[in-house]
Amino acid sequence: MITKRIIPCLDIKDGRVVKGTNFKGLNDVSSPIELARLYSDSLADELVFYDITASFEGRQLFTDILTQVASEIFIPLTVGGGINTVDDFDRVLKCGADKVSVNSGAIKNPLLIRDAARKYGDQCVVLSVDIKRVDGAFHVFAKGGREDTGIEAINWIKQGVANGAGEIVVNSIDTDGVKGGFDIELLKLVCDVVNVPVIASGGAGNMQHFVDLFKEIPDIDAGLAASIFHFGEVAIPDLKQELKRNDIIVRL
Amino acid sequence: MIAIVDYGVGNLFSLISSFKKIGADITVTADPKVIAESDGIILPGVGAFEDAARKLRDSGLDKVIIAETKKGKKLMGICLGMQMLFERSYEYGCHEGLGLLKGSIVPMKDTIPSDLKIPHIGWNALHFTRESDLFKYIKPDDCVYFVHSFYASDCDDSVIATAEYGKELTAAVQKDNVMGCQFHPEKSGEVGLNILRAFCEME
Repeated sequence: MITKRIIPCLDIKDGRVVKGTNFKGLNDVSSPIELARLYSDSLADELVFYDITASFEGRQLFTDILTQVASEIFIPLTVGGGINTVDDFDRVLKCGADKVSVNSGAIKNPLLIRDAARKYGDQCVVLSVDIKRVDGAFHVFAKGGREDTGIEAINWIKQGVANGAGEIVVNSIDTDGVKGGFDIELLKLVCDVVNVPVIASGGAGNMQHFVDLFKEIPDIDAGLAASIFHFGEVAIPDLKQELKRNDIIVRL
Repeated sequence: MIAIVDYGVGNLFSLISSFKKIGADITVTADPKVIAESDGIILPGVGAFEDAARKLRDSGLDKVIIAETKKGKKLMGICLGMQMLFERSYEYGCHEGLGLLKGSIVPMKDTIPSDLKIPHIGWNALHFTRESDLFKYIKPDDCVYFVHSFYASDCDDSVIATAEYGKELTAAVQKDNVMGCQFHPEKSGEVGLNILRAFCEME
């Protein structure tokens, strides 16, 4: 049976890994290549690289880092950040990415998902969605969680899958950085409406949160986190053992 | 030297990096002469079967690959490259493959339980069904990375490993010098590198 995936996410700015709380107040953590190797050697099932650099120089640096990581790390790599066109897909796939994650780019142009899926296949297109509760409804936020688009999140995700998104990353802004556990309520809603893999993001503070995630939502495919892995609060091999002890199928 | 056949299907970045990592002597090529001079052939591929089969035929490389393997040269197809080794595929129609192995490529849809997601994507454990030198550095239940919606069926006795996803799906095949992996060894960590290493070391 297919294993549940544990995915460390590396936010890259100016060639370094950063991670903020609620997307603000970024701290420099470590070298992306060293961290990628460490994760790969310690049973991470996949890596997500997120380019949060706006400048052209920063983008070039990101491309170089991605190429370096992809030539040394032999697990799937997903890349996101600043993906607005099919050419952006092309750029990062040529650097060795396996999947490309779109977020604001799909909000600006929903056809981006369809065009990219037709060219590279559904399995290559990941729709990443930043979601926050607004007046009792789930809204899609853009620009790294700073801007409320007013779009209803569950319909947005359904539409994305219909257009060809092969995987969904659900990032709850409400739980992100709080370390109080994943947003089970939101994730259940998403899993109920799509038949593609769903990756939970935002809120992991300890190993039990991953156990709760996979136990409470059997349909969830993966748990993604950044800071708890970067700061060494949770080691992935320990997490995998803990999941196995709880009868959750993982790669060891 | 191992020849990686470049026929314009998919991105070879990771595959090339993997062979470099294990120190293998590789050449990425579409030149029949280079393929003829190689010690082994890697047939990669992602995307649609029909498109890939046509590109391989149009380039004339299908004949070279068939001729070289008939002489006993080792060949490994990866993902769609493995599927191309078979007689035919029913991916959107019926399309002819290289016919080096008996069997057909069929959709997972309708043959696995409907609650399972398609494509079969992620890490899954290998169940060995026959001994193979390809597995000399790995052990049963080691996980490898899959991304596919179609699988090889009615393979006679060429199946050497399966992976369970609603049913036992063909994961790796071998008939003498002709081998194939449905999964991506270049994305399967140390286990994948060890499979490529074993292939390179074969006579």
